[in-house]
Amino acid sequence: MKRNRVSARLLAAAAAVAGACGLAPAEAAWQPTRPVEIIVPAGTGGGADQMARVIQGIVQKHNLMSQPLVVINKAGGAGAEGFLDVKSSTRNPHKIIITLSNLFTTPLATGVPFKWEDMTPVAMLALDEFVLWVNAKSPYKTAKDYVEAIKGGQPHQFKMGGTGSKQEDQIITAAIEQATGSKLTYIPYKGGGDVAAQLVGGHVDSSVNNPIEAVAQWRAGELRPLCVFDSQRIPLQGKVTADMGWGDIPTCKEQGLDVEYLMLRGFFTTPGATPDQVAFYVDLFKKVRETPDWKDFMEKGAFNTTFMTGEEFKAWLKKAADTHRGLMEKAGFLAKS
Amino acid sequence: MEALTSLIHGFGVLGDPMNIVYMFVGIFLGVLIGVLPGLGGANGVAILLPLTFSMSPVSAIIMLSSIYWGALFGGAITSVLFNIPGEPWSVATTFDGYPMAQQGRAGEALTAAFTGSFFGAFVATLLLTFLAPVIARFALNFGPAEFFAVYLLTFCSFVGMGKESPFKVISAMMLGFALAAVGLDTVTGQLRMTFGSAELLRGFDFLVAVIGLFGVGEILLTMEEGLAFKGRSAKINLRVVLHTWKELPRLWLTALRGSIVGCWMGITPGGATPASFMSYGLAKRFSRNGARFGKGEIEGVLAPETAAHAAGTSALLPMLTLGIPGSPTAAVLLGGLLIWGLQPGPLLFVEQKDFVWGLIASIYLGNIAGLIVVLTTVPLFASILRIPFSIIAPIILVVCAVGAYTVHNALLDISVMLIFGVLGYLFKKLGYPLAPLVLALVLGDMAESSFRQAMLLSRGSLSIFWANPLVAILVTLALAMLFWPLISFVTERFGRKRPQMVPGQ
Amino acid sequence: MAHTGEGSEHTVSNRTMELVVAGGFIAASILVMYDNWRIGARWVEDGPQAGYFPFYIGLIMFIASATTFGLGVMAGPDHTNFVERAQLKQVLQVLLPTVAFVVLIGLLGIYVSTTIFILFFMTWLGKYPIYKAAPIAVLVPLFLFVMFEIWFLVPLPKGPLETALGY
Repeated sequence: MKRNRVSARLLAAAAAVAGACGLAPAEAAWQPTRPVEIIVPAGTGGGADQMARVIQGIVQKHNLMSQPLVVINKAGGAGAEGFLDVKSSTRNPHKIIITLSNLFTTPLATGVPFKWEDMTPVAMLALDEFVLWVNAKSPYKTAKDYVEAIKGGQPHQFKMGGTGSKQEDQIITAAIEQATGSKLTYIPYKGGGDVAAQLVGGHVDSSVNNPIEAVAQWRAGELRPLCVFDSQRIPLQGKVTADMGWGDIPTCKEQGLDVEYLMLRGFFTTPGATPDQVAFYVDLFKKVRETPDWKDFMEKGAFNTTFMTGEEFKAWLKKAADTHRGLMEKAGFLAKS
Repeated sequence: MEALTSLIHGFGVLGDPMNIVYMFVGIFLGVLIGVLPGLGGANGVAILLPLTFSMSPVSAIIMLSSIYWGALFGGAITSVLFNIPGEPWSVATTFDGYPMAQQGRAGEALTAAFTGSFFGAFVATLLLTFLAPVIARFALNFGPAEFFAVYLLTFCSFVGMGKESPFKVISAMMLGFALAAVGLDTVTGQLRMTFGSAELLRGFDFLVAVIGLFGVGEILLTMEEGLAFKGRSAKINLRVVLHTWKELPRLWLTALRGSIVGCWMGITPGGATPASFMSYGLAKRFSRNGARFGKGEIEGVLAPETAAHAAGTSALLPMLTLGIPGSPTAAVLLGGLLIWGLQPGPLLFVEQKDFVWGLIASIYLGNIAGLIVVLTTVPLFASILRIPFSIIAPIILVVCAVGAYTVHNALLDISVMLIFGVLGYLFKKLGYPLAPLVLALVLGDMAESSFRQAMLLSRGSLSIFWANPLVAILVTLALAMLFWPLISFVTERFGRKRPQMVPGQ
Repeated sequence: MAHTGEGSEHTVSNRTMELVVAGGFIAASILVMYDNWRIGARWVEDGPQAGYFPFYIGLIMFIASATTFGLGVMAGPDHTNFVERAQLKQVLQVLLPTVAFVVLIGLLGIYVSTTIFILFFMTWLGKYPIYKAAPIAVLVPLFLFVMFEIWFLVPLPKGPLETALGY
């Protein structure tokens, strides 16, 4: 394997030399000439990190690029470190960043100066779903039951576990509070795996874990999904447990809890990237999406596989940024400046 | 006995010679990663994860977990030789390992570290083989209050007043806590002490500080001592291994205690680093040679290494059975499982027998292979000490710089490391102890966030630390540890009639 | 660096260094207390605020280091030497090149700086002939390069030379 990579690099070097001599093949307007860095604005082992490494593995396995992809974690300050790095690397096309909701939430919550417009959008690869989970031993069979219990109980009586502070999980919690008119206690943990374990252990009453974070406990009969925070059900028919699949989870809206939230899993590159460079990455991700490995990964994590590029993606980002500002403003999560 | 037949089946899975090859490749890479400070087990596994895409899941996990074993073994090497912990969990190994190397006993220290690691891993693997489902349930009892109690216990069992001025001990410890608080507060999402600087967002990493304080600081001290430019003597034949082995059975209690502490911390999941500190603290407190710890006591090497490796190994248990990672490396492996199409969690043992038992069998073999690999290299590593200082010093400094950089891929961290190096030199000369500082730096953040999570749960009432038997026992133990010096003083005073109660000397 | 040598035998006394370091601690603790008071350091109804623990950490640090400082002041004149001149010279012989090395990493990348650093260290401090130093100075960065950039795919800081070679 090592040998393969070395020879691939030799070929690439040869190609670079050829390119310099003006012999570049006509169809490839731009090709990376150095290893491309994927910045992950989150820690090792999390959802974004996993996805970046899956892509790295797919690109390598199917030989989709002449240069290797390198994954680098820059998690400091809820990902601000990673975004600032990309923001300040103007015209370095060998750097892309995978985003999660902290693209919108971190600058609002911490006041660190960056926004999505500071970088060049490439593509949306998928959207991550959120599901409301409770412990399987709890008496709540449907989201309706649980919402009734929240409304009937003391304020702060119900405890919601989530990842991080003033990020997607807490935003959803705040939205639930607004929808039910009752207060929850939000407990921030380090990672999604911790949250699922704390819910199984009965230390919190519910969580809004992503499917991939809690599916193992669901299959083992430890957790129960109540509803999914999307406008429609997850379009996957296969059974996950003996009698239920992702598609059988009702939407929260169906259950009378009008909250919707999806998390962006997309890519950006550095400011000032040329259309050719963006086109190269878009093309690369299209190829990645067609591999069976990617399809398999999407199904395991019950991702929403919407793919967007160009103006469509920008319009989506603009709308999402406004939505986040609105949600965070209402919840009182904005940094005091 | 079902476990035993499954295990034999597992060894059958390993029969494929390619798997053995992957195992050795993994161990070799792991030792290399362990030796390099900054490039930890978690990074190492994450970096090599995509490579395993085209392998079968069994081969892939064997290779990746072997990298992990290798890193666990390898972390001790630079700790002993150069006072630079290759991994966070080998910081406590430097306390006695490095003084031993200075006395020309590097071979002994390395042998003790490796054998201790192996022993810890072995105990943890036995646990994994026979008690996995039972023990895993126990981990679920740990909520924020219990985690805080564990950190408190770690802290209390380690801290004790040494010969240094108590004011300096407190200053150093508080500096560690303060540095740990820099960056984003995970509970409220506020920035603390970043003063508007983007570089401070990531806070001060424990490893960067330790590489500077211990590694660079030590080089500066060595220069001052003037013995700078001649190499040290070190025995360099394999007989030192056998010689050390004769010594070790005497220390069975320390090794066993280390293993238990490690297994417990790995499962709960407190992690290998706190486990190593706690084990060192307990060994120091209960050993007859306690007073000589820090001056090159073999027990002081054995204790943290046994615990670290036991914790590292047993951290796989909650990952396999519950789908909760017990350590950062386990978190990355967990991601790997998903990529290879396996679903971690309670059903893994039922649905993927080949995989699980192949993995468990590979832990046994991997650790034996690892032990052989590292022990045969003891003379090689010990002989590095013979290289003249003016050749090895710049190389060490380069490795420190590379290590500091790779922790967060940040250039500034190299300068931060250098500043910590100067601080380490000044502190050492003025009698500020470094150990409380690094312990506060590594535990401060975790302890504070679990305390505040507990406070959110109880709505600000401290009674949560007394709310159930588990947390109450942990807190009581912690307080007992904190006041142990006082207790032993009292028993010494009033227990004179029974001289066997008085610790030796 | 605080210790600039004065006088012929003496550099600075232990007491002076004690005061300087304790003073540094005091300054740090004030900084810590100031910033954490700013973000909120009270115990509110659902537990401590973000600045609560760090603020008191700063306070304890302040008290402890002020005591060290006070003890140092009261100890009276002190003629013990913190570090002898020859020793200081040796420490600086390592420290200053290392500082230069760190600065160079930012400019030239880590590989080229490593070559220069090892070459300088071995020939100037170790008095090795250049033909003995050169192989080590070239092989170490080469090994690092192969290991990090090719095996592990971990990029280290690079400079103009590597860019020219296509990295």
